[in-house]
Amino acid sequence: MVADYHLLDPLFRLPLLGGLLLACTLPLIGSLLLLRDEWLAALGFAHLAAAGALLGLTAGLPAVLGGTLAALAAGAAKALLGLRGNVAFAFMILAGWSAMLLTAANSGLGDSIGHAMMQGQLYFAGRTELIAAAALAVGTALALPWLIPRLLRARLFPRFEAANRLPAWRWHLAFDLLGALALAIGTATLGLMGAFALAFVPAWIAFALAPGWRWALALALGLGATGYLTAFQLALMLDQPFGPTLVAVLLAFALLRAAAVLTGRPRQ
Amino acid sequence: MPKPAESPAAADAGPLLRVHALQAGHARPVVGPLSFEIARGEVVGLWGRNGSGKSTLLQAIGHGARIFGGRIERAPGTRVAYQEQRPVRLSASPLTGLDLLRAAGPAADDRPVHRRQRGRPALPTPLAALLRQRLDRLSGGQYQLLGVWAALQGAADLVLLDEPTNNLDPHHETLLVDFLKADADRRGVLLVSHERGFLDASCSRILEIGT
Repeated sequence: MVADYHLLDPLFRLPLLGGLLLACTLPLIGSLLLLRDEWLAALGFAHLAAAGALLGLTAGLPAVLGGTLAALAAGAAKALLGLRGNVAFAFMILAGWSAMLLTAANSGLGDSIGHAMMQGQLYFAGRTELIAAAALAVGTALALPWLIPRLLRARLFPRFEAANRLPAWRWHLAFDLLGALALAIGTATLGLMGAFALAFVPAWIAFALAPGWRWALALALGLGATGYLTAFQLALMLDQPFGPTLVAVLLAFALLRAAAVLTGRPRQ
Repeated sequence: MPKPAESPAAADAGPLLRVHALQAGHARPVVGPLSFEIARGEVVGLWGRNGSGKSTLLQAIGHGARIFGGRIERAPGTRVAYQEQRPVRLSASPLTGLDLLRAAGPAADDRPVHRRQRGRPALPTPLAALLRQRLDRLSGGQYQLLGVWAALQGAADLVLLDEPTNNLDPHHETLLVDFLKADADRRGVLLVSHERGFLDASCSRILEIGT
């Protein structure tokens, strides 16, 4: 079925802008997660944020707030306990998934809210989500010039920080919190898998195709924004749920990476 | 960038590094007791049989191993660069040679000579060709050479190099000797190598341990 809505319809202006800000921010965060080999963290934070959003809703809090608090707690715990690697993130995913579905099943919210969190309810995003996304975008733009050189150095020269007794916990904690915040706001606005896909897929494609780090960030951002706008328009036109449409569009973009393999360009 | 915290250390005019009766290891001591100093302008080589604790000694100086006895003192404000025996090699990432040099710190990139701090040598031609290439496309030797250059021409006063000749062919080893001699007065170097010929060619002094 083809619906009579379009991208710039005033009815969807707030969701469009809020989602677009997230579509520009999440791929940058995802690039750094991929650099640190922590891309599974995005899925872990997204699950915990979804669980926190549902728990928050049962307590009368906005989904953005509940999700953010849960993800920030997980990010702080991860940094302070020095958790690294996929095992910690796998437990985050399992804990978040279990808490989310148990909360949905044992509260007045019911399964429909749980499914909404999984699918994404972008078209119902309002002023709160837009403000949260704008604050995240501004915070990310301010933090990344400080964070990126330190995170790159830590990745390439892991003994440098200890050898110079640098307070490395500051930037590692700051990035963990930024990542948690981004995934929490993304999950509350775009849905769990939509937020994860925006963090992971554009960065994954850009890492294979880009000729350098700055190009990779630009390409990831461009792919995220283009994929988001395409999915927004398609979902409206075809009357489809936004989250799965976004994931499908981004998966289609992933064919670019396959093309790179076929043409012999750098690849993973 | 915040300044590194220092141990109570020698005076500004003294050596960059003083090691006093050091015994170091991980679960138990594997090296020492050892005492030596490194001053700016020196390239000091560590020589010893396999398992004698050469790399552990470097790790202890880089705060990466346990000290069981003695002490290590650095001159105040000393910045340390540490090139590991097996440098981190990301299997797939869009980072280039230039990104690596930028990550290593100031004055290690490809800025024109007139924009560098006075007296810093320009990037050698073999490395200049690698700046625009992705790191995951470089050979092991190219990557090693770029990493050592980043350590030597960064902002560090004290450079720790663990087996810097790994993956290098004889031509690149000669280049490495040139790197170590270029701009040598600006820093002190402590390097571990199992190649005696390389140590003889590149070091101003060689310490034998575990003998």
